[in-house]
Amino acid sequence: MSSIKKPPVTHPSARTNALGLKLRDYEGTMSTLCAGCGHDSVTAALIQAAWELAIPPHMAAKMSGIGCSAKTTTYFMKQSHGFNAVHGRMPSVTTGAAAANRDLICIGVSGDGDSLSIGLGQLCHAIRRDVNMLYIIDNNGVYGLTKGQFSAATDIGSRSKKGEVNTVPPIDPVLLALSLGATFVARSFSGDKQQLVPILKAGITHRGLALVDVISPCVTFNDHEGSTKSYAYTREHGAEAVTTDFVPLRREITIPETDAAVIEVPMHDGSLVRLRPTTAGYDPNDRASAYAHVRACQARGEVATGLLFVEESLKEMCDGLGLPQEPLVNLTHEALCPGSAALEALMERYR
Amino acid sequence: MSGVNDFAFKIGTVNGTGSASANGILMQAIFRMGIPVTGKNLFPSNIQGLPTWYEIRVSGEGYTARPSAIDLLVALNPATYAKDMATVRPGGYFLYDSSWPLQATLRREDVTLLEVPFGAICLEAFEGDRARTLLRNIVYTGALAALLHIDLDVIRGMLDEKFSRKKKLLDANHTAIRLGHEYATAHLPCPLPFHLEAMDETGGHVLMDGNTACGLGAVFAGATVGAWYPITPSTALMEAYTAFCKEFRVDPETGENRFAVLQAEDELSAAGIVVGAGWAGARAFTNTSGPGISLMQEFIGLAYYTEIPAVFFDVQRCGPSTGMPTRTQQGDLLSLAYASHGDSKHIVLFPANPKECFEMSVAAFDLAERFQTPVFVASDLDIGMNDWMTRRLTWDDSYRPDRGKVLDAEALAALPRFSRYLDTDGDGIAARSLPGTSPKGAYFLRGSGHDKHAEYTEDSAAYQEVVDRLLRKVAGASEAVPGPMHDLEEGGATIGLVTIGSCGGAVREAAHELRRRGLKVDLMRVRGFPFNDEVAAFLATHEQLFVVEQNRDAQLRSLFAIELGVPRDRMTPILDYSGLPMTAGVVVEAVAQAMAGVPQ
Repeated sequence: MSSIKKPPVTHPSARTNALGLKLRDYEGTMSTLCAGCGHDSVTAALIQAAWELAIPPHMAAKMSGIGCSAKTTTYFMKQSHGFNAVHGRMPSVTTGAAAANRDLICIGVSGDGDSLSIGLGQLCHAIRRDVNMLYIIDNNGVYGLTKGQFSAATDIGSRSKKGEVNTVPPIDPVLLALSLGATFVARSFSGDKQQLVPILKAGITHRGLALVDVISPCVTFNDHEGSTKSYAYTREHGAEAVTTDFVPLRREITIPETDAAVIEVPMHDGSLVRLRPTTAGYDPNDRASAYAHVRACQARGEVATGLLFVEESLKEMCDGLGLPQEPLVNLTHEALCPGSAALEALMERYR
Repeated sequence: MSGVNDFAFKIGTVNGTGSASANGILMQAIFRMGIPVTGKNLFPSNIQGLPTWYEIRVSGEGYTARPSAIDLLVALNPATYAKDMATVRPGGYFLYDSSWPLQATLRREDVTLLEVPFGAICLEAFEGDRARTLLRNIVYTGALAALLHIDLDVIRGMLDEKFSRKKKLLDANHTAIRLGHEYATAHLPCPLPFHLEAMDETGGHVLMDGNTACGLGAVFAGATVGAWYPITPSTALMEAYTAFCKEFRVDPETGENRFAVLQAEDELSAAGIVVGAGWAGARAFTNTSGPGISLMQEFIGLAYYTEIPAVFFDVQRCGPSTGMPTRTQQGDLLSLAYASHGDSKHIVLFPANPKECFEMSVAAFDLAERFQTPVFVASDLDIGMNDWMTRRLTWDDSYRPDRGKVLDAEALAALPRFSRYLDTDGDGIAARSLPGTSPKGAYFLRGSGHDKHAEYTEDSAAYQEVVDRLLRKVAGASEAVPGPMHDLEEGGATIGLVTIGSCGGAVREAAHELRRRGLKVDLMRVRGFPFNDEVAAFLATHEQLFVVEQNRDAQLRSLFAIELGVPRDRMTPILDYSGLPMTAGVVVEAVAQAMAGVPQ
């Protein structure tokens, strides 16, 4: 348990967002994860991002599967609907919810077990469909709830707590997403809130599926020496490709001193994502170079982080399905039922 | 025995040679002559090359079951000549392609041979192998028109409709019809003793398959999200839904679709999409068959326990595992009633014809939302894929979807606290809230243990309170599902024939035959699960029960025993799990044998 129960009152001078809501309004129930769990930091970053974006709580849909990561959806945005689905199947449930009500802001939280093993197929096909959602993978390279088995994200040579060495190659969700045509691919570290919050904000605003792989160490089963998903290893080997800043639409945008090194990506709603490459020549709009960069980092034993690739897609799933802007759930019976005259006429075809 | 407007013929061809359209023309022509007709396609799991058959039964009395005997066999596939010859009833006819001689050993003393050189006719009249192969079907249609007295003008009219935009094809088809008809008239004993005479018995009916009717029902019920994975024999259901949506649900001004069809990566995902859409407030459905139902178990349990409306069409096919995908069966009764692990029980509807497919499709969406639970429509390959003569579908414009207990923002605001699983009305149904409505309606839906406030629990009493309510809720649906259909003897009978789904027609025909033989027989066809009081009463009041169904394990009988406590020894099973649609003969023989020597 990583937090203590807080009193229900907030300081009267606590800041409010555009909806007049305080940060506390975006919190959830008390976390039941282990003290120091990386996932709790991701939760904190999500709370910050949602508050800063002033998401109307009732429009958010918190989606998850099974595992430690899935539990976190109760730890933020208690005024939002949550759906704790079955193991590895969060993407399909989100696909259905997003098709039914395209106004929902779908925030999916999954883990490396949930998304890269049992749910790998669903992840791939959600990416292919470009479901309009934020898809977080809390990646700790281990099965925590069942006490320390290797996951499909465990690196070759990484040691388990019991000392076994993994010999099977890992699945890298970032490379996977890039090769499947994902329109927003990022990697971050739960210990780097400064990097994570703007990425999450950009991911939520992105029209289409935004995959954010967050290295989120498991303090109980995978934070020891010999693990490649520990706090120490990630701090030491993280290599930020680009720094990200998110400029929301409703904030007055004052153009800073022209900085030739900054790449601005306008989002579909008019907000901006500013990317400042820290690696010379890095182009986050170029899928091939993003892929090459991640590979090159891996070869050097580094973990590439930042918003690695973004393409403001014009055709997320609902657009591809030709749906109206009005969510399907809002259509009236009259707009859906052809009626008796149409049926009567249709019957002549079957004579 | 056969006679005018009372006979059956069977056409044996090779899959992929274009016989389906010729068989459809024959069916429709007979139907348009006002004569009740049924077609059963007995086809292989294959695209091209394997044997395939089509059985057409003509019944002036209106019986729609598969025929018990074949009067005429149209044999166009030499590979199955031996099997086909053995199928003909004594005194029947065997029409074959005499371009090549018939092996002497195949001849039967009690079967009359009818010879038409179909191949030679086509070789002379048409150019190209493909055209000759395809048009051979139309030539046999012409020959059959002469032998059976099918109205040639009706057939010509249908060809005109079909090929109105393809002049060249139209001319070739007309030629083929003429050649077949002329040859048969000149060389064969036309008409045969059994043949057609126009009637007026098909008014108010249509020829339609159940998959089309189910898909159409989903459109009329206002379903907006369909998710699926292709599987025989259910594929045409979603194709029909999609086609009707393109016709009726595209905004004429913007071209936008008022529907979403998602072909999923597998059945698990299809079920997940349906559950997600149902949770978000859409009417959502999937169509599948037994193997798909197996894969969907996990989501079915989730939807049941978390109380999400979802509609599943199970077009049942034959066997465990892959089985025989192009054969029919009612093998999923038990697995649907109790689908998924743990304690669970579901609402299941059993249509027996396309008209009921349409009506139960609509009812399924209402029941799913009213009871906030998965609802299954248990169709099968026979209803789903064969053309049935069924009553015209009708629609009542005063229909409004039953959305069940859904709280809007106003209703939520009036509550002191929203508790998702709190039964305030005593009917086991708690009101739900939809995402996007109001922060007050927010709750955390979970498949893990939860109490009536939707909070996580591992407390025994809190857990049991919820699952006990679920039991009451689904039990309450017994009076809301369609009640049984009866065909009762005047003055009552001690013998009760009980059946379900597509074999209903065969059992009804059998009941009539048994009555002709002097037995007093009542008939009940079950249409919904959980069973209502009417079902229980029928079972209680008939001493000798026969339960007729299409599976090996007498699953309907088991459901009666489990749910209603009817002793198994009071229910004699009559089972046909051959994979072919049931015939009345099977039932008549079984009952007659069991009752032989029993004084009536």
